Amino acid sequence: MTPHAVERKSYLDEPHGLAAWLLTKDHKRIAMLYLISITVFFAIGGMFATGIRLELLTPKGDFLSPDTYNKFFTMHGIVMIFFFLIPSIPATLGNFLIPIMCGTKDLAFPRINLLSWYLYVIGGLMAIAVLAMGGVDTGWTFYTPYSSQASMTNVTLAAMGAFVAGFSSILTGFNFIVTVHRMRAPGLTWFRLPLFVWAMYATSIVMILGTPVIAITLTLLMAERTLGLGIFDPKTGGDPVLFQHLFWFYSHPAVYIMILPGMGVMSELVAGVSRKQVFGYSFVAFSSLAIAIIGFLVWGHHLFVSSQSVYAGLVFSIITMLVAVPSAVKTFNWAATMYKGSVTWESPTFWVVGFMGLFTIGGLTGLFLAAMGLDIALHDTYFVVAHFHYIMVGGAIMAFMGGLHFWWPKMTGRLYSEPGAKASAILVFLGFNLTFFPQFILGYLGMPRRYHSYPDEFQALNVLSSAGASILAVGYLLPAIYFTYSLVKGQAAPANPWGAKGLEWTTASPPPTFNFDEDVVVTEPAYDYKPPREVPQHTGRAGHAFSE
Amino acid sequence: MASHPTTEHGAHGAHHPKLQHHFFSMSQQLEASTLGMWVFLVTEIMFFGGLFMAYITYRWMYPDAWEQSSNLLNVYLGGLNTAVLIVSSLTMALAVRAAQVGSRMGQIVNLILTILLGSTFLVVKYFEYSAKFDHHLIPGPHFAPTHEVSGALVNVALPFGSQIFFSLYFIMTGIHALHMVVGIGLMLVILVMAWKGKFSPGYYGPVEVSGLYWHFVDIVWIFLFPLLYLLGFHLGGH
Repeated sequence: MTPHAVERKSYLDEPHGLAAWLLTKDHKRIAMLYLISITVFFAIGGMFATGIRLELLTPKGDFLSPDTYNKFFTMHGIVMIFFFLIPSIPATLGNFLIPIMCGTKDLAFPRINLLSWYLYVIGGLMAIAVLAMGGVDTGWTFYTPYSSQASMTNVTLAAMGAFVAGFSSILTGFNFIVTVHRMRAPGLTWFRLPLFVWAMYATSIVMILGTPVIAITLTLLMAERTLGLGIFDPKTGGDPVLFQHLFWFYSHPAVYIMILPGMGVMSELVAGVSRKQVFGYSFVAFSSLAIAIIGFLVWGHHLFVSSQSVYAGLVFSIITMLVAVPSAVKTFNWAATMYKGSVTWESPTFWVVGFMGLFTIGGLTGLFLAAMGLDIALHDTYFVVAHFHYIMVGGAIMAFMGGLHFWWPKMTGRLYSEPGAKASAILVFLGFNLTFFPQFILGYLGMPRRYHSYPDEFQALNVLSSAGASILAVGYLLPAIYFTYSLVKGQAAPANPWGAKGLEWTTASPPPTFNFDEDVVVTEPAYDYKPPREVPQHTGRAGHAFSE
Repeated sequence: MASHPTTEHGAHGAHHPKLQHHFFSMSQQLEASTLGMWVFLVTEIMFFGGLFMAYITYRWMYPDAWEQSSNLLNVYLGGLNTAVLIVSSLTMALAVRAAQVGSRMGQIVNLILTILLGSTFLVVKYFEYSAKFDHHLIPGPHFAPTHEVSGALVNVALPFGSQIFFSLYFIMTGIHALHMVVGIGLMLVILVMAWKGKFSPGYYGPVEVSGLYWHFVDIVWIFLFPLLYLLGFHLGGH
């Protein structure tokens, strides 16, 4: 590939102008539109997290009133889950990479892809309108009957925002499934697909099967609130627990919408930084599908204390533990991939290693919570908060950041500051652990979640947690600085800065509008690093010579 | 374009004018759009699935309320609508066939019939809904069920839980009717395209894919009709 990649016309250059961007059908541009939008929502969600951590510095509720605190953790959850985590990897890295990894020019339905971004923006504007009108206080879970009967806040609009954003997620998943089935380049068989595509395919299945259920659940909630059609209202005989079943039928699989793409990114990064075929390719591929399928059978573990029968609870408890099997298959296979690989300590490596540590802790503490007897003690404590932040932030966001660092040169054609990126990964890792590890102890000691005040003896651990959050914030602000700087002054990226395998590294950085100059024909399996322990003799490792 | 129905293979042959740039061939394009519609219909099944789950739960909790509330629905109008939709699925299938064999007139006639039948369904539904308002069967503070006996409204005492039946009745049939409206809109677009002669044996994907949607909406009604209307029919009083 030509080292003067930036001088040629890329998808970033033509067609020119704002209208061309806002009406684009190019999957790469839509990925960039998504990247900008989710970054905005990440910042908004982060502001609410800041408010929460400031309040919890002291035992007395002296910073936020109880009502405001309720709104803060609700808005933090709604924004981070529906408007950041769910679209994060699929809509940015997935949108950008899936057509390229499939060796095709675009997703199967480019116009629907653009529609998905607009739906996301409309849903997001509704969420922002909720903020402007005073927020919502139900928790992101919208539990009835509080949400349908009692809450005086903007529940309907918030539910509408999540509903609309849900459709953007459905359209993304729908597009990916058809693309993977019907658009693969000649020679690109299922078992030659990069594992990121497998993971995104599994994610898409969850998206199309789960999201419609939350859509109808929120519709029923809105109908009850606005039209008085009582579905969950105990006065007319409705059962609020039915809402919890329907809600978690989506929202538990939604956890896998958030983490499976991160696992896909990890498979790519582990192979890329180790220059080695992923250990047990087909096991890693099928474990994604296994997680997607088992993920639909475990929602009852959110209802251990919601009047669910003990027998149902037992079954859900056992099935929940089964999720650990495919997750462990992945983790062990990544470790086995790195073993005797040619690992170099470049910035993506730092995120990879960070992910593996944090995800393991998050996954193992998930087993504690899956055990029904233990969960009755730990339910609704900070142990739960710590557990899912280890998965969501320590897992999904670490992987997202790692993926962003790995593919940033491809997406923008620019190299960023390596020392800055390493500093960011280290700060995030340290800050994250300092923020959330004390919360495991707090939960074990019995501190309940969702209160704005707490007994004095919990203060030391809460101060540690808030201190960690400030380090975490710096860790997330750094990339904003060096990524922005790289766009302005960054060195031009070669086609393959990491010496990695994969179709995306065979085209220019940034890619031309139709991804490849010639039609792609695939003749080799994924991650075909030969010979395995030798660093490939790729050209164009400008700026990143690494030592052996 | 009808004169080049088969020149679609590979990058070297002449492209069909309807072939989008990111597909290799017309058959790949058709397969993608058909699979796309099937995947979309899966999401629709899950969407309605939530409603059916609520239906199952409450029918199990309140079997008497379900039976007696169902008895207040108009089986004859519901049955008429069932027949109307089944016939509309036939005309829809005939329209797809007409597109495949290149009969423009066949497409136009069958699409118009489909649209008329779909509209008939909605008109009947309008009369049914109005009757429910007149009979005070709307859930909420004014829920006071009555039944029409030889022209006069007589109060009926329904068991606890019947408000949920009617809530589900309105939400399920309402969302179904909304899908009918979307379907009719879709058919109007297809009709205009057929009128302009856009379809040919080499390019009929939009007719086929819209047809899949139409059949799906039809099938949902086939489930709704017995679950809502026939449940209390044996109680008589019609």
